[in-house]
Amino acid sequence: MVQVKDSQLLDAETFARLHAQAHQETEVKRIALVASKGTLDMAYPPLILATTAAAMGQEAAIFFTFYGLDILNKKRLARLKVPPLANPAMPVPVPNIVGAIPGMTAMATWMMGRMMRKQKMPTVPQFLDLAKQLRVRLIACTTTMGIMGISKEDLVDGVELQGAAAFLEYASQAQVTLFV
Amino acid sequence: MAEVSIDQVVDTKGELCPMPVVRARLAMDKLRPGQVLQVVATDPASCDDFPAWCRAQKHTLVESRQAQGVYTYLIRKGG
Repeated sequence: MVQVKDSQLLDAETFARLHAQAHQETEVKRIALVASKGTLDMAYPPLILATTAAAMGQEAAIFFTFYGLDILNKKRLARLKVPPLANPAMPVPVPNIVGAIPGMTAMATWMMGRMMRKQKMPTVPQFLDLAKQLRVRLIACTTTMGIMGISKEDLVDGVELQGAAAFLEYASQAQVTLFV
Repeated sequence: MAEVSIDQVVDTKGELCPMPVVRARLAMDKLRPGQVLQVVATDPASCDDFPAWCRAQKHTLVESRQAQGVYTYLIRKGG
């Protein structure tokens, strides 16, 4: 980057060069998301935003950390659940004492699954496939893998493994960063 | 208006955001610059989403129509 003092007037050539440089720097937009929750309702927002960004020609990456890593876990990603406890936004409001009854999590999950199918929303595995097709980078947090005893073989294909420093370097060049 | 020849049609009726745009993108990837994609949608968010997508992807939104809740977009591939 060229430093320009406030008082310094720019000649046309310098202006054109700086303008071109700035334009180039912002031409490819980038979005960096963190997915930290392993529930069905919280798996959708990062997958939706990242695939949309990629469909718009932006670079997109999702960093899956802590329970968010379940979204990439082959054994778990098709079985993510909706928690009815402490969730006042359920379509049919459920008092917490009822939400705590065994079977209510399955019920809440079934309800959301039915709503999603009715609106033809892709499932989480289908969204992951779309994301890969659109070259969204799916990054598994290596620390979470260590803590939870998860190996690369437990995760879907096409996942990158990264630490926080590498992801932050990527995110520091992003125009949009969101923590989900 | 002159007839625009359509090279590919994507039907996203009944699907919600972001699927119309995502499906359009996947279909557009298979077209050449200058070819025209027709997208049919019922998602009201598509009214804003397709102009935004076209600006971001440098495609031309040739035409957008709405009749009885069905939106039809003609998009010429840029590049």
